[in-house]
Amino acid sequence: MPFLEAVRLALQTIRVQKLKSFFTLTGVMIGVMFLIAVVSIVEGMADYVENDFAVSIIGTNTFTVRRYPNFQDVSDEEWRRLQRRPRLYAPAAAVVREALPSATYRTAMVNESFLPAAVPGLRPRSVQAVATEASYFDIKDYEIAQGRAFNAQEVALGAKVLVVGSEVASYYYAGLDPIGRELRVTGIPYTIIGVIEAQGSVFGFSLDRLAVAPITSPLSRALRPRGDVEEVVVQAPTREAILDGQEIVRGALRAFRGLSPGEEDDFSIASSDAALSFLDELKGKLVLFGTALPAIGLIVGALVIMNIMLVAVAERTREIGIRKALGARRRDIIAQFLVEASTLSILGAMIGAGLGIGLAQLIAAVTPLPASVAPWSLVAALVVGAGVGITAGIYPASRAARLDPITALRQE
Amino acid sequence: MSTAAEREAVTSAVGAAPDRDWVIVTRGIKREYDMGGEIIRALRGVDIAVKRNEYVAIMGPSGSGKSTLMNIVGCLDTPNAGEYWLNGQLVSAMQDDALARVRNKEIGFVFQTFNLLPRATALANVELPLVYAGVPAAERKRRATEALEKVQLGQRMHHKPNELSGGQRQRVAIARALVNDPSILLADEPTGNLDSQTSEEIMRVFEHLANTGQTVIMVTHEPDIAAHARRVVVLRDGTMASDETQAQFVARLGIHAPQL
Repeated sequence: MPFLEAVRLALQTIRVQKLKSFFTLTGVMIGVMFLIAVVSIVEGMADYVENDFAVSIIGTNTFTVRRYPNFQDVSDEEWRRLQRRPRLYAPAAAVVREALPSATYRTAMVNESFLPAAVPGLRPRSVQAVATEASYFDIKDYEIAQGRAFNAQEVALGAKVLVVGSEVASYYYAGLDPIGRELRVTGIPYTIIGVIEAQGSVFGFSLDRLAVAPITSPLSRALRPRGDVEEVVVQAPTREAILDGQEIVRGALRAFRGLSPGEEDDFSIASSDAALSFLDELKGKLVLFGTALPAIGLIVGALVIMNIMLVAVAERTREIGIRKALGARRRDIIAQFLVEASTLSILGAMIGAGLGIGLAQLIAAVTPLPASVAPWSLVAALVVGAGVGITAGIYPASRAARLDPITALRQE
Repeated sequence: MSTAAEREAVTSAVGAAPDRDWVIVTRGIKREYDMGGEIIRALRGVDIAVKRNEYVAIMGPSGSGKSTLMNIVGCLDTPNAGEYWLNGQLVSAMQDDALARVRNKEIGFVFQTFNLLPRATALANVELPLVYAGVPAAERKRRATEALEKVQLGQRMHHKPNELSGGQRQRVAIARALVNDPSILLADEPTGNLDSQTSEEIMRVFEHLANTGQTVIMVTHEPDIAAHARRVVVLRDGTMASDETQAQFVARLGIHAPQL
């Protein structure tokens, strides 16, 4: 029997028994649905991390110079060794800045942490306080929606001015123009001079709860009581220039610190790549756990299909007898039942893929998680569907094919 | 029609392929079943020879072995001993799939219970043997339509079996049996589930087929039905009890030859 004939026959059988067929394929459908949804969410997160997250949190083509490495697990012993590193102060930051060609590389000293901010009459809230230089706004590519950013002169003078995120502006001065108004951070009054355009959120974490002041302002002391610098952010002109910039900085800082060639760096240079590889590892784990559960669903789906096909073989013994009497060979009967099982299963997988995409979009719409449907996951769904169908169909099909036509025809 | 001596000569030539005129030749066919330790000897050595264009009835009471013989002649079963030549091929030595091929090409079955696929239309049912013969869809449809028109069911092609009367169902089965142009039409109690008027109608169809050159073998336990055939073979206890012409059979039983 030609393959297309078998598919047509299978679709006809499925159409005649709509409800039963539907229940048969629910197992595969649900398995594939969750598989697609999970993969879409994980892929979406990965896309987000690579494109938006890296830019908004870490910055484009940037690396940082720090006392300690970030995003890393260290042993206690390692930690004690890291603590012997000297702190990073303004002179070291100046060495970094002066070593790099100023026409192409941008640098900014940054201290940041959460601090309470208040205005009289409102409950204080914690905001992400950042003390930095004027170049920070360019490195972060912040657009100023209202007012202005602070300038180099204000940084030189240590002016108590703030450029705030949109959420800070709307919380403390809802419906009012925040420019020129006061905001107290750790009890010290600052004047708001600008509002940064809304940045949105990453994994539910708002990027607009931000207050940026000059690094010379009292905010810096509140963040780093010892007066050191948490990190120097360097932005390279291109992705390729990141490595060159890192080498220049390393050489200059080693010279400044007077390290001999055999000694280790007593500072860390972290690129956004390091953060990204950490997130890649996380993604691998998510995919593994996220697909284990749907896989159990698929096994259950296969068992359901096998069971239904065994029932179908028993119910259709007479039909099998008729077909054999009229000249169907074993392989024809096997083909008929295998194609039927596979068609059911592929149908389930296709519906499941559709629902999975829908579910992913729904999750993306109601939660902060992003979603992105990977084309390969749809191909995988079809392959899984066919695989489950064939696996589940082999045993019932071979049972049908082995039936003796005389006994089968006698069946009522 | 061949003489008894000719038949004797063909069925005794063990191992030799019969010439083209003989559609069916069995030599010493035996079939035993093991029923839970008890051996049932359903056929104890049957020699039958059927020429092309013959119309033969096989009769016998239940337990006579006529169903077993019909299964072997229809290539649904193989004998434990003896030879069965169908249209020049030694089918008694064939395996499962080879037998399926022979059933598809050489045999048209008509069953007592019709055995139509209930969910398929008359046309789809008649197309079925052609599907397994690998005939392309368009030709299949043309040939199935032709076969249905021959049994006056051209108007009912798209009806399902439960929308047809018993006589119509049996005519669909006859169209299905003939669509592959088989060497023999093999009917197993073809009127067993029909009233006498419809039985007559089906017998007229068989009569017409026999007159137009189709070899017909019919298994029945009803003498009235067997009397339609040109030759009647009677089995008893797994052996051939008699082999008579229509005239001899009718005369012996004292019944009238049917006038159709």
